[in-house]
Amino acid sequence: MTLILRSWQGAAAVVLCLAALASLPLMAADAPSPFGTGTVVLVFLMIAGAAAISFTKLSQPLLATILFVAAHLAVWLLLAGIAGNEGKATLAFFLMLAASWLLAWRCVAVLSHLRPKSGAGDTFLRLLIPAIFGVWILILWEAATRGAGIPFIILPPPSAIGARLAGSVPILWADVQQTIFKAVLFGYVVGCASGFVVAILADRIAFLRRGLLPIGNMVSALPIIGVAPIMVMWFGFDWQSKAAVVIIMTFFPMLVNTVAGLAASGAMERDLMRSYASDYWQTLVKLRLPAAMPFIFNALKINSTLALIGAIVAEFFGTPIVGMGFRISTEIGRMNVDMVWAEIAVAALIGSVFYGVVALGERATTFWHPSNRGG
Amino acid sequence: MNNAPSSVVSASKLGLTFETGDGPVHALSNVDLTVNKGDFVSFIGPSGCGKTTFLRVIADLEKATSGEITVNGMTPEEARKSRSYGYVFQAPALYPWRTIEKNIALPLEIMGYSSVDRKARIERTLDLVNLSGFGKKYPWQLSGGMQQRASIARALAFDADLLLMDEPFGALDEIVRDHLNEQLLKLWARTEKTICFVTHSIPEAVYLSTKIVVMSPRPGRVTDVIESTLPRERPLEIRETPEFLEIAHRVREGLRAGHSYEE
Amino acid sequence: MKPDTLAQRIIPVLTILIAIVAIWYVAAYFMNAPFQRDLDRRAGVTSTTMEFIGKTMAQPKPILPAPHQVVSNVFENTFLRSVTSNRSLVYHAWVTLSSTVLGFTMGTLTGILIAVGIVHLKALDRSLMPWIIASQTVPILAVAPMVIVVLGAINITGLIPKALISTYLSFFPVAVGMVKGLRSPEIIQLDLMRTYYASGAQTFWKLRVPASIPFLFTSMKVAIAASLVGAIVGELPTGAVAGIGSKLLAAAYYSQTIDIWAALIAGSVLAALLVTIVGIVAKIVDRSMGGRPA
Repeated sequence: MTLILRSWQGAAAVVLCLAALASLPLMAADAPSPFGTGTVVLVFLMIAGAAAISFTKLSQPLLATILFVAAHLAVWLLLAGIAGNEGKATLAFFLMLAASWLLAWRCVAVLSHLRPKSGAGDTFLRLLIPAIFGVWILILWEAATRGAGIPFIILPPPSAIGARLAGSVPILWADVQQTIFKAVLFGYVVGCASGFVVAILADRIAFLRRGLLPIGNMVSALPIIGVAPIMVMWFGFDWQSKAAVVIIMTFFPMLVNTVAGLAASGAMERDLMRSYASDYWQTLVKLRLPAAMPFIFNALKINSTLALIGAIVAEFFGTPIVGMGFRISTEIGRMNVDMVWAEIAVAALIGSVFYGVVALGERATTFWHPSNRGG
Repeated sequence: MNNAPSSVVSASKLGLTFETGDGPVHALSNVDLTVNKGDFVSFIGPSGCGKTTFLRVIADLEKATSGEITVNGMTPEEARKSRSYGYVFQAPALYPWRTIEKNIALPLEIMGYSSVDRKARIERTLDLVNLSGFGKKYPWQLSGGMQQRASIARALAFDADLLLMDEPFGALDEIVRDHLNEQLLKLWARTEKTICFVTHSIPEAVYLSTKIVVMSPRPGRVTDVIESTLPRERPLEIRETPEFLEIAHRVREGLRAGHSYEE
Repeated sequence: MKPDTLAQRIIPVLTILIAIVAIWYVAAYFMNAPFQRDLDRRAGVTSTTMEFIGKTMAQPKPILPAPHQVVSNVFENTFLRSVTSNRSLVYHAWVTLSSTVLGFTMGTLTGILIAVGIVHLKALDRSLMPWIIASQTVPILAVAPMVIVVLGAINITGLIPKALISTYLSFFPVAVGMVKGLRSPEIIQLDLMRTYYASGAQTFWKLRVPASIPFLFTSMKVAIAASLVGAIVGELPTGAVAGIGSKLLAAAYYSQTIDIWAALIAGSVLAALLVTIVGIVAKIVDRSMGGRPA
């Protein structure tokens, strides 16, 4: 019992292996190029062997390495075997897939409990563990779509999306230029800047603050995206109307957060500035703005996502024949699902990079804040 | 039954080392100590001397890395699992979403006391800490001193004859603290519990204890154990008697000795 | 004290709102004037200034409808039409509301489940949590049309696809908020449970769950607003015939600006209503859990 508890994933993997053995072959009888016997034996040996090793009291890093190699090599062989046999995978195939996935899970579980001594090792683990998870999402996706022959329209395999992505770089690049470099960046900069300026104004004039803040708070909950058709009507089909949507969407989070941030400096610190007879602007620059930085960066982060959403969705209401939102809505109309996925992958990448840049800026400016000090 | 004092906590050659990024930290080293039934033992010393760590080892919140310790004749883990002590933390740690009553009921619910029994115990312990009538209040409606009394009530509610208190009055002002010290002594006399009490106040340690354990840091160790000669009945005024001052002086000497050892 | 704070709170908000309406009217005049001038010149009509101003505020398809035009449209389509009519805003709002609420419910439950998993399984925490955070940086809403069309291709239409988008949008804030909430108990409170030798389930139900409730409601407020946006965007792709999003698209298609604004107002009222309801429930729960009155 305690043996099984040491690695229940290993135990389950062995059970799945046995079940798969009982329901061989891995591909249906009419598959054009079935697995060679050698490959099948190799896959079984690797998975069963690694599962067995997971019960031993081997040193944890070594065990994790063995599991990592075995699980991924086995699944690579399995995936490679689909080629030419699309939609012919049998129950045994998916049992083996599940078994190797369990081994990868065991590997992640072992890795999660490692406490590396060096900082570099820790960073490596922190990146490796989610990377394994992400890779397995792709593997299971690929195996499920191609192995079980899920219609291309419903869910194309990642490999096809990747191929489409690589094959349509010029189109995608033109879309990125239209949507990101024109609409998003312009709207983001103008929206954030004006939100910031109005926040400073509201900070100076208490009446304005009391009036704007509740309105700003309420507006952040509204489906502002709905102004897109109006903006398209006012500013035309080109990027200016999308930038206008982005400005409106990013303005209020910036306003609300900056006002909150300016109120964040402590009474004691403000009294200190008073005791120096510091004027409004000195206090603002030397104390209150630095104290507000975490709030401002919070708004910048929220807005980086909102800006992308605003620009892409606004394009659903009409664009010239270029742009990410345009591409998504027309290609889906033509049932070119892989192109839509490629566009989404690009959007995800840009979203992450955008967010990452803002986060780096935050780390550089608010290193003193408790949430960044680490340890 | 024999009349000889039976030991509640008994430690020998106890050591605890934390592994940190900057190398090992010896929180406790070579601690030999016996706490007898009915004792009121204070642990005093500068911060980092391991007094809280020692209490946490008794409570099985930390594990010793060397030496032996028994609590009620068991390992600390067994003692914790048989729920043989009540613990009072530095902060009241009352759950803000529960009334005072419900906070006291918390350990009783976990330990599976019947609802009738719970009610009786809540009433009795509230009375013990002079909080009768405040049961329906929420923690934030009470002052800091009252909150800490409620947390003591919570530790008294179930049948544990050992009470572990980690600087329970450290965050309170002097006047409230005096008052609570007096009440704690009465409570101790009435309930006949064994109390281990961590403090960094010399007058508090001397006023409360039958035995004062003086500790010093780097490595955390016991430098002196002083048996109090004060009677069990102690009015606040006892703190002006020569006998009291004499003990306080010995404690101070012990603390100073611990420091000079280091330099 | 009470009337004073009331005045301090209400008057500034009212002033700003009145200012917005005033600016709106002025803007409506200036934006609609060129077209009206053109119209008048072609018809050979000369009108006094007051008449002209009146006409700029009474166009059937103005560039910017005047507030009273929008209000009367909203009123007409909310109270004067039968709720089953295709022109009734109540009908469209109801369609959007039902998928919002369904999606929100599913999203909240999923979010809570995932958070519980993340808090209890270290492997899940270290592998899934970074992805959940990263996925918040991705413009998920861009997937909406595809979800609708793809599910439509396998004959899943109507409420479910829209609700799925809402589910997706609302599950992230709830999952992140609940992870934070379930981890919010301080070490001292966890130690207390340890001294009682409380089981994992007891610690979970008596400490972690109650401690996470405020976090849950905060994230639910974000989630319900996101759910509504998801439902509205989910109604944009062709095929949807009802709902605020489809109303918005149809009105945009025929340049019925007053209808666009009316749909926008309906969406905003719906959002305000939903957030308020969650807020009120939060307040009631907070009160019953002994929250300190603010």
